[in-house]
Amino acid sequence: MDDLYRDYILEHYKRPRNFGELQPHDLEALEHNPLCGDELGVHIVVKDDRIEDLRFHGHGCAISQAAASIASEELKGMPLTEVGELGADWMIELLGIPVSATRRKCALLNLKVVRGAVTGDHAWPT
Amino acid sequence: MPPVAESTLSLRADFPILQRRPGGRPLVYLDSAATSQKPEVVIEALAAHLREHNANVHRGVYALAQEADAAFEGARERIAAFTGGEPRTTIFTKNVTEAINLVAYSWGRANIGAGDAVLITQAEHHANLVPWQVLCRERGATLRYLEVDERGELSLDALDRELERGDVRLVAFTHVSNVLGTINPVAEIARRARAAGALSLVDGAQAVPQLPVDVGAIGADFYAWTGHKALGPTGIGVLHGRREVLEGMEPFLTGGDMIASVDFDGATWGELPSKFEAGTQPIAEAVALAAAVDYLGAIGMERVREHEQALTAHMLEGLASVPGLRVVGPPEAAARGGLASFTIDGLHPHDVAELCDREGVCIRAGHHCAQPLMRCLGVGATARASVGVYNEHAEIDALVHALRSARAVFSLDGAN
Repeated sequence: MDDLYRDYILEHYKRPRNFGELQPHDLEALEHNPLCGDELGVHIVVKDDRIEDLRFHGHGCAISQAAASIASEELKGMPLTEVGELGADWMIELLGIPVSATRRKCALLNLKVVRGAVTGDHAWPT
Repeated sequence: MPPVAESTLSLRADFPILQRRPGGRPLVYLDSAATSQKPEVVIEALAAHLREHNANVHRGVYALAQEADAAFEGARERIAAFTGGEPRTTIFTKNVTEAINLVAYSWGRANIGAGDAVLITQAEHHANLVPWQVLCRERGATLRYLEVDERGELSLDALDRELERGDVRLVAFTHVSNVLGTINPVAEIARRARAAGALSLVDGAQAVPQLPVDVGAIGADFYAWTGHKALGPTGIGVLHGRREVLEGMEPFLTGGDMIASVDFDGATWGELPSKFEAGTQPIAEAVALAAAVDYLGAIGMERVREHEQALTAHMLEGLASVPGLRVVGPPEAAARGGLASFTIDGLHPHDVAELCDREGVCIRAGHHCAQPLMRCLGVGATARASVGVYNEHAEIDALVHALRSARAVFSLDGAN
């Protein structure tokens, strides 16, 4: 069993949850991973100051796609104020694999996109 | 020269880093297009200069400073001779990026104006693209791109059509593409540019380490290359320029060492190459780069090319055996430099590189500083394996094995 490419990571990569488009949507953002030029976008529908629904779109490596898929399940229903406070540790713990320094941006790209859509802050999560 | 089945060059023992065994395996370094490894003679030349001959150059009267002077200017002569240049028109820069910025700022800002065009190709590294974008935007000029075809090659007819428009002042293009591997007909492009009244600039970053390069025979107005890809240290690049053009240019960076005289009202510039070398230069790095080109010269660049072409042919054959793998660029080793960029269905290049590393195989993944080209190719990124003078056929086999293992980790069809 590979440390990084665990079965559930590959499963999320091959069959990502909540991927596609949401029309109409209330919030959206699109970000690039400077390492590889991969892009990831998100559409979000808001209801009662919570993420009612969201969809990611774009392409990326197994780590970035699996991270987005896994995060999407947690983000649904989350109050927007809480989304703004999510940090890198939240994502890395959720992913549950040892992410090297060079792959960290792959894992964090989805959170950057979602936080950008919700708060307008386009900085990398720390 | 005909490709050979198996090269006779065996230089691995000359490179200390290749004696490392990460995870108990031999280090398989296939990322020489990003930076080359260094032979012991280069490491020793750098250390010996710092240990025994270090002083600042050009104004010291004491014996040690004269030693440093002789080492630095002697290095320039050897480096210039290696690529067929004149010492006086061989300018040290930090890297190719700085060399091209030097031309864009010093020549470009004085010679490119509204209505003019700069012509580059779709296959340029960002180093030979962004400086021209910035220049053209600032001067109200147009930046146009020569297309690369499905084989990854340029069309000389398309070049002629662009030149016939009469507005092209500069044609800037790579000698060997860092993504496609394509070897461009640089002398012919430079000749056609000159006939149309345009200057030419060649990015030789990938070419100088692996091909015999004679800048005089190529005949471009500028030819830039970098030390660290040619077995030398980082921090030193080279710009060869045509003397009349360089003499007509204002300096790029100004300050120490590049002046003839300074008073409170102004300054006059030093002669070539000093006019373009402001501040203390990479002295020890120049000495080490001279050792690197001596090393390559002793092997002979024809033999280096023969060796790398054989490795590349072996690599293309091995890659073709991996299911779902697609190589970009010319299909024949004879038409390309020592690299192959590729994609594998169902596997992202980052994951390919990560899984290759598990088997001690170092390859690069990403956009290779050529994002517009990636969009032309219809891919977000590629994996790239590139060879150097020290690689051996067994390392190519290790790469192919690692790629098959990567497919197996992802349970791709036909994985074995």
